[in-house]
Amino acid sequence: MQQSDIKNKNNSADISSAEKSTENSASLELRNVCRGFGDEWSREEVISDFSLSINPGELTVLVGPSGCGKTTLVNMLAGFDKPDTGQVLLNEKLITGPGMDRMVVFQETALMPWLTAYQNVVFGPKIRNDLPGRELKKKADYLFEKVGLVEFKDKYPIQLSGGMQRRAELARAMINDPLVMIMDEPFRGLDAMSRELMQEFFVRLFEENRRTNIFVTSEIDEAIFLADRLIVLSNRPTSVRKIIDIKLPRPRELNVLSSTEAYKYKRDAMELLHEEALKNFKRSTPKADS
Amino acid sequence: MTQKNPTVNIKEAPTGLALKIYNWKKSLKTLTPYLMLVGISLWLGTYYLFVEGWELPRFNKLPGPVEVITEWINPDPDWGISMFSPIYYEHIMISCRRIMIAFTIATCLGVPLGLFMGWSKTFRDYTFPILEVLRPIPILAWVPLAILMFSGFETPVIYLATLASLFVTTLNTLLGVESIDKEYFRAAKCLGSKPHHVFLHIVVPGSLPFIFTGLQISIGVAWFSLVAAEMVSGEFGLGYMIMDSYMNITYVTMVIGMLTLGFVGWVSSALVRLAGNRMMQWRVRALALEGR
Ligand SMILES: Nc1ncnc2c1ncn2[C@@H]1O[C@H](COP(=O)(O)OP(=O)(O)OP(=O)(O)O)[C@@H](O)[C@H]1O
Ligand SMILES: [Mg+2]
Repeated sequence: MQQSDIKNKNNSADISSAEKSTENSASLELRNVCRGFGDEWSREEVISDFSLSINPGELTVLVGPSGCGKTTLVNMLAGFDKPDTGQVLLNEKLITGPGMDRMVVFQETALMPWLTAYQNVVFGPKIRNDLPGRELKKKADYLFEKVGLVEFKDKYPIQLSGGMQRRAELARAMINDPLVMIMDEPFRGLDAMSRELMQEFFVRLFEENRRTNIFVTSEIDEAIFLADRLIVLSNRPTSVRKIIDIKLPRPRELNVLSSTEAYKYKRDAMELLHEEALKNFKRSTPKADS
Repeated sequence: MTQKNPTVNIKEAPTGLALKIYNWKKSLKTLTPYLMLVGISLWLGTYYLFVEGWELPRFNKLPGPVEVITEWINPDPDWGISMFSPIYYEHIMISCRRIMIAFTIATCLGVPLGLFMGWSKTFRDYTFPILEVLRPIPILAWVPLAILMFSGFETPVIYLATLASLFVTTLNTLLGVESIDKEYFRAAKCLGSKPHHVFLHIVVPGSLPFIFTGLQISIGVAWFSLVAAEMVSGEFGLGYMIMDSYMNITYVTMVIGMLTLGFVGWVSSALVRLAGNRMMQWRVRALALEGR
């Protein structure tokens, strides 16, 4: 299966520009980033003095308690938002705004409902006008096959199931050959079954070309299954609590999760997350003594 | 693969007229058309009983349904106007023409205005207060100004209908732009859109549902203010016909005018809705999925 895919890649050299390995990977770095919200008198630091470097070609997974500022981090990496102090760097260069070198797959589906799946996928290259029509069609067809949506090309997003929408969104991002993929809880809201299928699908996709990938989740099994490096975030103000290198063998299948190693990773991470969640809980429960 | 599933009978999708007939047959299987008929008969029945059957106080001065319908289909009308008199159609045509002009001008101005107001914060800051001050002024209050500004009958009447329709269209378009999810803007930026791409590919299609809701209201408002204007000044049109028959105490003709107005108004907003559905296939399917 893996083999045949690789062969396939070599045969169609023009298409596989989407699939070039390692050289289209990039490193990302956050240096002493701070970000808070609110007016001067009611300011809340969400992220304070946050530093992290993300290695090229790795799948870095961020896990953290809900509301700890994961989306805020993603927004800064994507360039939708700027840090108050500190720097966000892509290949040592300062990120100043959104760009097509970093594709974001959002927490909520962001397929344009007025375009068909196909029109959504070709949206980027079409408006930038940077691919001749024939080549674009070829590339899009290839990606539709890859994400298994060939029959649903001409359907509107509303006519697709949640999992299909996520796959169409993946195709829409991949067609631009980004250096980095940033995914913010992309499988949240899917039912357990399609979530597992999507995880398996996504891990295969990643293993094929090992593009630098940031994946945010609050689901620990998902994190361990996907990650090369697992970043456990602390509660607000958010910082890196611990970095766990996940040395499970690749290519991965979902049953690695039942191995003893995976179990150990899970226990470690759970312990930390539980501590962090507990802090949050204590802070928000009313004091009993009054 | 070769096995046939007996319960699923896949036919070719009908197109054109065949599709219309199919949809029509399908709608006959739902309750909707029958409930509509029952509703209309109940209304007509009550109207008949109140006015002509029981002759209740307050109602007994009104022309009853039997009287109105007989006059309407009378080739030789007692009060001068029925569906056989050319003047009847002249009134309808003139009102429709005025509405068409007013509605077209209002849409061509209001939609771009609303889109720009929603798209550019600066432009909105300039224009929104003006819109909000002018909008609540009732259209009848504009009549003297309209007569001062324009000569003749035609222009002031069209001007008033345009004005009323313009406010509604602009406001709804603006709300339409505001209703667009932020994620779409972000996705578009991420994919390398320039501002004009965002305008064309996100702002315009994203606000279409609100725009068309607005246009349906706006054509209603246009009729409303047109008739008001025709009652004040004018020598033709349905508003004039209603007012004129009131002055001449031909109440039957007045009711014919009112019912005609209702019917024409309904057709015009149905046409707007139809145009909207044509332009928003994605929305039609979304609503169909929700079973509406
Ligand atoms: N634009 C903003 N203005 C004010 N506060 C904000 C803003 N964006 C985020 N916050 C605050 O920052 C905190 C972190 O938000 P964020 O969405 O980044 O969390 P998250 O980890 O992605 O949560 P979730 O798991 O629910 O997705 C929240 O408490 C939120 O109130
Ligand atoms: Mg989030």
